Amino acid sequence: MIVGERKPMQEILDMIADHKKIFIAGCGTCVAVCMAGGDKEVSILSSAIKMARNKENKPIEILEQTPLRQCEWEFVDELKDKIEACEAVLSMACGIGVQTLVERFPKVIVYPAVNTTFLGLPEEQGVWSERCGACGNCVLDKTGGICPIVRCSKSLLNGPCGGSQDGKCEVDPEVDCAWQLIYDRLKTLGKLDDLTEILPPKDWSTGRDGGPRKIVREDMKL
Amino acid sequence: MKSGSNLEKILCAGHFAVTAELGPPKSVSAEVVYKKAETLKGYADAVNITDCQTAIVRMSSIAAGSMLASRGIEPIIQMTCRDRNRIAIQSDLLGASALGVKNLLCLTGDHQKFGNHPQSKNVFDLDSIQLIKMVKDMRDEKKFQCGEEIKVEPHFFIGAAENPFSEPFEFRVLRLAKKVKAGIDFVQTQVVYNVEKFSKWMEMVRELGLHEKVFILAGVAPLKSAGMAKYMKNNVPGMDVPDKIVERMTVAGKEKAKEEGVNICIDIIDQVKEIKGVAGVHIMAIEWEEIVPEIVEKAGLLPRP
Repeated sequence: MIVGERKPMQEILDMIADHKKIFIAGCGTCVAVCMAGGDKEVSILSSAIKMARNKENKPIEILEQTPLRQCEWEFVDELKDKIEACEAVLSMACGIGVQTLVERFPKVIVYPAVNTTFLGLPEEQGVWSERCGACGNCVLDKTGGICPIVRCSKSLLNGPCGGSQDGKCEVDPEVDCAWQLIYDRLKTLGKLDDLTEILPPKDWSTGRDGGPRKIVREDMKL
Repeated sequence: MKSGSNLEKILCAGHFAVTAELGPPKSVSAEVVYKKAETLKGYADAVNITDCQTAIVRMSSIAAGSMLASRGIEPIIQMTCRDRNRIAIQSDLLGASALGVKNLLCLTGDHQKFGNHPQSKNVFDLDSIQLIKMVKDMRDEKKFQCGEEIKVEPHFFIGAAENPFSEPFEFRVLRLAKKVKAGIDFVQTQVVYNVEKFSKWMEMVRELGLHEKVFILAGVAPLKSAGMAKYMKNNVPGMDVPDKIVERMTVAGKEKAKEEGVNICIDIIDQVKEIKGVAGVHIMAIEWEEIVPEIVEKAGLLPRP
């Protein structure tokens, strides 16, 4: 899923400083699961903004709603009345949600209240970590199902580098060395021989390096 | 001869090689480069010029290397994958070769987190092994990485680093084998303080016959203080400093620390010299280049061939 984290309060307050009536739009999917921008976080942020503004003697009116997904036309269309009743929208969705609103409501100002952080999973309650870099050219079949593109600090395809110690990455002792994980996994599977093969330079053109990406499926088009 | 470099000639002739390291300045000061280089002249067969080591901006390795070459001191250019993609690397290598550079050390590079621009973007388009293969293909196949022909190709003596002390230990030698397969001619290892572990690694190297395919230079570095020894032991990932080394530095006391550091370095050179398959030493005395002549002399490695 997409993992996000709410922006610092002051940054949010600065963005909406000139507005007297805003609409906070949450998202009921990924950012709700990672507790950054779901229904609950919308009402917490709304209360915090009102309190801060009251303290400054600059009260603000806030409308709230959390559609199931902020990244699909049919769900954001539900927000039309509230959006049009306000000066600006504060989106608590990922960057995709923000841009869906911008594209659907071209005349409205939309601010991001959440930093879209990565594609990952909740490892345990309160801990999320990255798993996929959306490189468009999956190598998991060659690396024991562990992604070196985002889980190795240097995206090595022929790791580990010389900084792997005690199973941890030299960049951050809290981070597992992806290549130690790959080594251990291939060892368990009895496939260590796979590691003697040199993986050639990656074709990065399927990733962000190739420019903005788009998939068109003629078979699915109406 | 693949490159015709001095280093290649010395190693191929079976002499025990000595390489040293020179860290370019964080400025445009050519004087600093020349001064450090002159210190090493006659004591090292070739001199590594680091490529913004620990991700700190310094004078370019190729530029400083070309300055060394102009004074008759042979450079080993270091090239990392951190700051350049395959386009920039190949372009710089064409330029380096045109400037007369003959030795190249291929590295992945330190992460920028350790440097003075931790907010920068990194590249890592290639890793060190892919870089090695690319350089070998440029030399031996006369081809760019994309497959296009190079009319006049660069001739580098290709090197790599390897760390016998990082993990997983049993894989380190297999990773060296990958570098050999990718096309290296020589290896310079991480600094050896733990000779016992290094010997074990060399044993595994010999089992695979890698010492017969590439020249292995053991990395050594003089310690300056007990504090430095402890810091390396505890805070530098991939560095193995045994307790007895820390103890020797501590016992020496502040006044004699540098002297003891040099003694330890010479002891280690003496020991690694005896290990079958070790073809030379690489002395890393960054920001202490002036100590190299003393080490080389006391280790009985003079005169240089």
